[in-house]
Amino acid sequence: MSARSVDLLVIGAGPAGIAAATEAAGLGLSVSVMDEQSRPGGQIYRGIETASPKRLAVLGKDYAAGRSLTESFRSSAAEYLPDTLVWNIGSDRSVDFSRGGRAQQMNPSAILVATGALERPMPIPGWTLPGVTTAGALQILLKSSGIVRDNCVLAGAGPLLWLVATQMIAAGARPAAIVENLPRGRIVAGLRHLPGALRAREYLFKGLAMIARVKAAGVPVYANATGLAIEGSTQAEAITFSSGGRQHRIETDAIALHQGVVPNQQITRLVGAEHRWDAAQACFHPVLDARFRTSADSIYVAGDGAAINGARPAALQGRLAALLIAEDQGRRVGTERIRRLQAGIARDKSVRPMLETIYAPAPEILAPADSTLICRCEEVTAGEIRSVVDLGAPGPNQIKSMLRAGMGPCQGRVCGLAVAQIIADRKGETPEETGYYRIRPPIKPITLAELAAYAPDEDAPRAASGDAAA
Amino acid sequence: MVPSRARRIEEVRTISFEFEGLAVQAQEGDSVAAALTAAGIVDLRDSPVSGAPRGIYCMMGACFDCLVEIDGQPNRQACMCEVREGLVVRRQQGRAELEL
Ligand code: FES
Repeated sequence: MSARSVDLLVIGAGPAGIAAATEAAGLGLSVSVMDEQSRPGGQIYRGIETASPKRLAVLGKDYAAGRSLTESFRSSAAEYLPDTLVWNIGSDRSVDFSRGGRAQQMNPSAILVATGALERPMPIPGWTLPGVTTAGALQILLKSSGIVRDNCVLAGAGPLLWLVATQMIAAGARPAAIVENLPRGRIVAGLRHLPGALRAREYLFKGLAMIARVKAAGVPVYANATGLAIEGSTQAEAITFSSGGRQHRIETDAIALHQGVVPNQQITRLVGAEHRWDAAQACFHPVLDARFRTSADSIYVAGDGAAINGARPAALQGRLAALLIAEDQGRRVGTERIRRLQAGIARDKSVRPMLETIYAPAPEILAPADSTLICRCEEVTAGEIRSVVDLGAPGPNQIKSMLRAGMGPCQGRVCGLAVAQIIADRKGETPEETGYYRIRPPIKPITLAELAAYAPDEDAPRAASGDAAA
Repeated sequence: MVPSRARRIEEVRTISFEFEGLAVQAQEGDSVAAALTAAGIVDLRDSPVSGAPRGIYCMMGACFDCLVEIDGQPNRQACMCEVREGLVVRRQQGRAELEL
């Protein structure tokens, strides 16, 4: 088998990825799109091609808008490789991927990483019990299978929490309660950014309308909740917290947590791109220039994987990145188009400072109690991480070798940010100084059977892929 | 406590598979994890260190908490595998050796 070359490989078939692929293919670039799911849309438009009219109505207009994106992508000349796992990228940009049980290789001239966001870890006591999911998981059940859970308690904070609540109400499954852990004073602090946010006021109106709809449906909302904990022995039984000066306990076996979303760093870390800590969003971002280029040669990032902005700007960024990549590869591209896309993105971004101020993670989520599990895979607590730091472990990679945190199959996707933050706080430094897990191939477990069928092009240079086969 | 019954808001063609010897009804296009959730099954495996029960968490392939054994193959992400007629799914117990 010889590894194929393409002008552009897009990783991820969410709004940024498919918009970029459609645009790039239209400009005459040879484009492949790899995605782990079976259908395009990413998590935000999950199930968009198969959703029934009823499901579309329940999920709302913004969701339904994803259809035109997937339709133009399907009718574009871009090659679409669903059910495909990218597990390594070499320093020469050779891409190892697994598809249909077989490991294969591709050699793209440029790579656009469009792997989107993950939910921020929300480590609280009991968060590993069956019955506790992310709010995103609840939404994915609804989007992809039309499944709802009655009497669910939504806990945490962020626009997604309210969106999921309104969608559950529309589906006839009113949540039992919303437990919002937004610290006091956040709304007032956020209002400072109101003048700028008014440039994209439709986002604000939508947000206020969602909150009003949830309250009108009679869902109890517990504000400024602190001390969130989940009780249960073999599954979730109750959530406890204090709010309004009182201690509360709500019995439920379905709890959905949310504390905002953060860029998925697995691939940008794998390729060794430079990252920077963003104190306002309390997460790492890959460092990009104005043309979406990372510090790794010809590797670009667009969408929420670069910084959280949401679905609409992600698609605009994807288009713009495609134009700039085409230009970088020597094609002529209309400057007016570029300018219009840049203006659209800037406008959508104007709402972010306000949202980021209001919905920055709650301090107690960033500083979990000693007994709280942080690494779900290897069951490592915050206290264990702190004591190893006290013994002199300088950073996440030493924590990993000493405690196995981040060594399980999720490879730190869930716990990584929490681990970096706990170490940084303990050492009195910033997470920027602390750093992050070194991400090594394969970035997801692959089987020996898949590797057995692996026959990369003998002539192709293979930098880092040797690691995976070792 | 009012249990949080999971249910469907619409009907499509059903298929059936097996979980721990029990027949489970699924709908075409469901992931194994979605079908189990709809059937009220939340406990999918024992964690490798303490043996605590675990179920779905992210539903998007990131957390690996939904690992089950499918047709004899351990370490399958239930949220990433589409249900097919006649699949045999079992709880995963402890640390099944990851091949890599
Ligand atoms: S539920 Fe997280 S990987 Fe399946």
